[in-house]
Amino acid sequence: MADKVLTANRLSDGTSVWLDAAGNWNERLQAAFVARHKEAVEALEATGRQAFADNQVVDVNVIDVEEVDGVLRPLRMRERIRAEGPTIAYAIGYSGLAATAA
Amino acid sequence: MYRYDEFDHAFVSGRVEQFRDQVARRLSGELAEDAFKPLRLMNGVYLQLHAYMLRVAVPYGTLNSRQMRMLAHIARKYDRGYGHFTTRQNIQYNWPKLSELPDALADLATVEMHSLQTSGNCIRNVTADHFAGAAADEVADPRPYAEILRQWSSVHPEFSFLPRKFKIAVTGAERDRAAIQVHDIGLHLKKNGHGEIGFAVYVGGGQGRTPLVAKKIRDFLPEADLLTYTTAIMRVYNLYGRRDNKFKARIKILVHEMGAEELARQVEAEFAELRGSELTLPESDIAAIATYFAPPRLAPRAEGWANLAQWKKADPEFARWVQQNVQPHKHPDYGMVTISLKPIGGIPGDASDAQMEAVADIAQEYAFDEIRVSHEQNLILPHVALADLEPVYRGLVAAGLATANAGLITDIIACPGLDYCALANARSIPVAQEISNRFGSPERQAEIGELKIKISGCINACGHHHVGHIGLLGVEKKGEELYQITLGGSGDENTSIGEIIGRGFEPEKVTDAVEVVVDTYLGLRRDPSETFLAAYRRVGPQPFKDALYGEKTVAAA
Ligand code: HEM
Ligand code: SF4
Repeated sequence: MADKVLTANRLSDGTSVWLDAAGNWNERLQAAFVARHKEAVEALEATGRQAFADNQVVDVNVIDVEEVDGVLRPLRMRERIRAEGPTIAYAIGYSGLAATAA
Repeated sequence: MYRYDEFDHAFVSGRVEQFRDQVARRLSGELAEDAFKPLRLMNGVYLQLHAYMLRVAVPYGTLNSRQMRMLAHIARKYDRGYGHFTTRQNIQYNWPKLSELPDALADLATVEMHSLQTSGNCIRNVTADHFAGAAADEVADPRPYAEILRQWSSVHPEFSFLPRKFKIAVTGAERDRAAIQVHDIGLHLKKNGHGEIGFAVYVGGGQGRTPLVAKKIRDFLPEADLLTYTTAIMRVYNLYGRRDNKFKARIKILVHEMGAEELARQVEAEFAELRGSELTLPESDIAAIATYFAPPRLAPRAEGWANLAQWKKADPEFARWVQQNVQPHKHPDYGMVTISLKPIGGIPGDASDAQMEAVADIAQEYAFDEIRVSHEQNLILPHVALADLEPVYRGLVAAGLATANAGLITDIIACPGLDYCALANARSIPVAQEISNRFGSPERQAEIGELKIKISGCINACGHHHVGHIGLLGVEKKGEELYQITLGGSGDENTSIGEIIGRGFEPEKVTDAVEVVVDTYLGLRRDPSETFLAAYRRVGPQPFKDALYGEKTVAAA
């Protein structure tokens, strides 16, 4: 089984967030709590359902990640881009193109 | 241009206040997501990968400098200092906060703008030729009719929950710059033998996963019957359009399955019932709307000719820009200016708040306060005196907006793709950037001539790849991006859907592949006047397949 983390978008501003070990929605993927076995994944899913029902987040998903040299890297590019931002220098002050996106 | 009346003002402000209440109830938890989502979509608010997205309508692509300044203000105050002009003549903001959106919409309402019907299964923003009211080849300005359609279709109770979204485009010229044949309804304004104005009516075009060219179902519809006939089409669609399968719900599928003749028969039958009803447009109403779109009074400025010749001689870059980005106007002393939003290596369609302000300033000073958004993701100043071209150019240079590439290979259409879009399979923007850099030299672009590259990040085809001379479609294969190439598409009066040329290319190889296609064209064209599209139509796909995949390729998978 691939390692998994729980991700969503915050209701109030749409920002991508990941569930951390303290049970908070964190803006950094690297802070995410990693589920490595079935029970842990089920706990993530339950937490996600509850947070959605509590109107904290929307678009809740459990996604596959791998840990390479202590850095979490989502398996799908879509999720890498969600974590790192657009891969392009889209506006002044925002450069994109982060380490794990490529 | 059209000005809101009291009813319009009250309606739009009322909707903003409703939305404010809906957002407050959503944030307090009173409204669940399932209940809220359709409400936010009715106000043009999507959720993308990183944030919410707001799509603001620019009806038929026309706006004034005050409105453009407001778009800059929205970018600055509620977003990250930029916006993305789209192929549907709209603008999208990529980073607004849900909690601030009601304020953003209230600000927009002060300049008669909104985001209604930019999403959902309703009649969407009606698009029109971006050169409307200025083009030399125009029979009549399409915008009064687009405005009539807009008023009629706004919260139309019968047509607010159609089987699927519905897009109407209108052109008033022989050359189709509104891609009417890939719309649900395409209207081509023309005059009949008696000099009366009416429309050729096309139905059932569209892109997406099933690209189809529209069928003409009527040669000449008198202008008075515009709403009657459109209503008849909508009714037939509403009745028979498929609601069981989202992918088969557009009217194009109905036209395809029912046949254009049978559909036309049904429409005519409904039309016969409705004809002469209150939907008939009185001449006085059409005239009243048309006055809003009366062209500015263009005084003779014959001195521009001599000035222009001198300026061109003095500055070859200016000359190149005029050659590429300025087209003849109805009035001989004026021109239509394309402001390219495609800087070499830049992001197609993006403009910063400062650039929007600069365009507003220039439009106000030199262009009768009129700005257009083109479906090719550029901005247009439709009326500029030749005598003013030099200062306009200087202003654009200062704002980084004077790229001389309208219609050339670097004038690329690209959808947001996987950098933003939740539905995407692959990125579009970086591909556009790399191609733009590869072909960026002015000499090379000039040698290649007219060539339209269009890129979509998934089969929804928001980047119009099906009608690109060269189309690129991003797909996901085994978790990686791959780009399929189509050739020979076109979205003008001779619309055609591009053909898939063979297996796809990895991101690092796709620019090389495009270059092979371009070099093959340069090698086989009869002379420089034979465009890529004309050459492709003459020789077909085989020489390109051979060049891309090796000789004797049988139709590749
Ligand atoms: C959040 C971003 C977007 C979403 C979710 C989205 C969604 C879609 C979908 C689902 C379709 C396919 C409709 C069908 O085949 O029935 C479509 C088509 C289309 N969209 Fe988008 N789109 C987005 C952004 C854009 C942008 C940025 C543009 C303009 C650059 C655009 C313009 C179009 C056009 C021109 C079509 C094809 C015409 C047609 O409806 O057949 N969309 N879009
Ligand atoms: S074509 Fe696909 S990837 Fe591009 S904007 Fe449309 S839905 Fe998104």
